[in-house]
Amino acid sequence: MSVLVETKNLKKYFSVEAGVLHAVDDVSIQIREGETFGIVGESGCGKSTLGKTIIRLQEATSGEVLYKGENIHALKRRKMKELRRDLQIIFQDPYSSLNPRMNVLQIITEPMVIAGLSGREAVEKAKHLMEVVGLAARLEGVFPHELDGGRRQRIGIARALSVDPTFIVCDEPVSALDVSIQAQILNLMMDLQEQRNLTYLFITHNLAVVRLISDQIGVMYLGQCVEIAPTDELFERPLHPYTKALLASVPVADLSMRHRQPEVIRGEISSPVNPIPGCRFAPRCPYVTPLCTEGDIPLKDMGGGHSVACTLY
Amino acid sequence: MNTILEVKDLSVEYRTDLETVHAVNGISFSLHRGQTLGLVGETGAGKTTTALSILRLLPKPTGVVTAGEILLEGVNLLDLSDAQMKALLGEKMSMIFQDPMSALNPIMKVGEQIAETLILHGAPHQTKKQVEQRVEETLELVGIPAFRKNEYPHQFSGGMKQRVVIAIALACQPHLLIADEPTTALDVTIQAQVLAMMSELRNKLDMSMIMITHDLGIVAQVCDDVAVMYAGEIVEYATTEQIFSPGAHHPYTTGLFGSIPDLKGGTKRLTPIEGLMPDPTELPSGCKFHPRCPHKMAQCETVPPPTVAFENHLISCHLYTGQAEGGLK
Repeated sequence: MSVLVETKNLKKYFSVEAGVLHAVDDVSIQIREGETFGIVGESGCGKSTLGKTIIRLQEATSGEVLYKGENIHALKRRKMKELRRDLQIIFQDPYSSLNPRMNVLQIITEPMVIAGLSGREAVEKAKHLMEVVGLAARLEGVFPHELDGGRRQRIGIARALSVDPTFIVCDEPVSALDVSIQAQILNLMMDLQEQRNLTYLFITHNLAVVRLISDQIGVMYLGQCVEIAPTDELFERPLHPYTKALLASVPVADLSMRHRQPEVIRGEISSPVNPIPGCRFAPRCPYVTPLCTEGDIPLKDMGGGHSVACTLY
Repeated sequence: MNTILEVKDLSVEYRTDLETVHAVNGISFSLHRGQTLGLVGETGAGKTTTALSILRLLPKPTGVVTAGEILLEGVNLLDLSDAQMKALLGEKMSMIFQDPMSALNPIMKVGEQIAETLILHGAPHQTKKQVEQRVEETLELVGIPAFRKNEYPHQFSGGMKQRVVIAIALACQPHLLIADEPTTALDVTIQAQVLAMMSELRNKLDMSMIMITHDLGIVAQVCDDVAVMYAGEIVEYATTEQIFSPGAHHPYTTGLFGSIPDLKGGTKRLTPIEGLMPDPTELPSGCKFHPRCPHKMAQCETVPPPTVAFENHLISCHLYTGQAEGGLK
C-alpha cells in the first residue's frame, strides 16, 4: 500500500526559560494509506506534539511532513485551509475539547460550515453522522456537560468525520474512558476505518490498546523515535532496551505472570530541555556504554520493516 | 487467619435537596491480616465511597451511612466518636489517594508534611529530633534520599510525589492501608516501580491492604482476593485465581474481561458491554446490571439476584440459582 503521510527529520523545539525543549527530535516515519500507525511512549515523550505538528496545528522547527508527496509545512495559507478537510484530529479529553456553549448538532456542523457546506446540507449530514457514531437523534440539542465521557468522545469522532478526512490523528482518544466504554469506542473506530478507508495516527500510552489497533508502531522516548516495527514483530521481538522495559512494566491481566518479579527499570525520564547528545535513554539503560552518548544514533534497519536506534545493534 | 476488617451490609447514600445518590448498596466483605483485597469496577461503581466510609471521611453532610457495620479489629467504626476516630486514623489505618498532585500541600516542605502526620497521630511524646529521624527513615523506606525532605512538592516528579504520599500514609505504620488507584496517574515504568515498592512494604510491615483499581492487570499482580463492584454492589467476590480462571462468573465480570485488549495479541475485535452505567439516582429494579446483561431473564428485571456461593467464590446472579455448593461447573 502507498504511503499517505511521511515525516522527514521532523523537529519541533520550544524555547523555554531554561533553554531549548526538544519535544520532537528528528522523527522520520511513514504512514501507509488505510493503516493505523501507533505511537507509544510515556508522558512528556513528545507524542502529542508530533501529532499536532504532523497536521500543522504547530509549525515545525525543521523537517518536512509529506502528505501525498507534498510538504504541507511549505503550503500557503489558503491551500493549507483547503487541506485541513483531509487532516483531522480527535483529542484525548472529551471534557475540554468540546465547546460547552454549543449543542451536539452545532458542534458537528461547525467544521462543515467552515468547509463551505450550506447550513441545511451540514445539518442533514450531521444527523447522519450521529447515527454512524451511535448517538441517539434525541441528543441533537443536548450540551456536552449533560453527556458522559463515551458519548462526548463520539461527538469528537463525528466532528472529525464531518469533513470526510482521509487522515485522522487520534490523540489518546480512549484514555479518559472506562474500560467497557473504551472497548465500544475502539470497536467504532476500527469499523469506521474499514468502511471509510481512513488512515490513523494513533497516539497512546496504553500498550494493549496500541497492539489491538495498530499495523505499525513507533516507540518514542524524550522526543526521539527509538524503534519502529510492524505490530506483532514489535511485541514478539522488541529490540530497544526501552521498548523491552516498557513491555515488561505493564501489569498483565492473567495468572501466568502472577508471581513474576517485574524487571523494574530504575530512574525516571530526564528533562527534554537541552538534552544530552546521543541516546536519551542512556541514563536509565542497563546496557549503557560510552558509545551511547557520543553522538546521534540513527535508526538502523534490521529487516522486515523493523528499525531500531541503539548502539547494541 | 484472623480478620482485620469486616464490612457487613454497608449502604451509603449522598443526599442533597434535589436527589439521593445510592452510592453503595449493601456490600459485605472481609479482609485477613497481611492480605490484599482488590476492589475493581468502573467509575461510579462505589469503590471510593466504600473506602471513604471505612475511614469515615464521607463528605458531610451529604454522605450518609444508612445501614451496616464496619468492624476494624472487632470494633465498629461507625459507633466511635470523632475524637476516637481521629486517633485511629494514621495509626491503625490510612489512605493513599489517587492524585498525588492534589493530595500534597504545595506550600509545605515534604518532610514537614510527614512530620505533621507523626506528631498528630503516631508520636505525640516524641522529641523534635526523634520525629526528624522518623521522617528520614520513612523517606528512605519509599526510596527517596533523606536530604530531599526540605524540598517542596513541585520539585518532585509525579512518581516521586506518589512516593511522598505513600510515605505519609506509612509514617505511623498502619495495620490497614487503603490505596485508591495509587498508580493511575503514573506512567507504566514508574507504576511498575511504585507497585513493586508497595508489595515489598506490605510484606515488610505486615500490613493489610485494600487496593482500589480499574486495572485487571494490577489485580493479577498484587491482590489475593477480588471484589468486583457494579452500581454500588459487589457482584462477584473471589480469590484472584478464581477470577482469572475460566468457569462461572458474573456476566459483568465477563464483560469487563472482554473489554480489555490482550497484550499478547490475537484479538481482532473487543466484546464490550453494551450500554452505560445506570444513573445512581434511579437504579434499575431487580438486578442492577439487567439492562446491559446479555443473559437477561424475566426475573432479572424484578427480583434482586441471590448470592450464590461456590465454596468461597460468591456470585450475585440469577444464572446460578440452585447451583450453590455444587462446585464450579
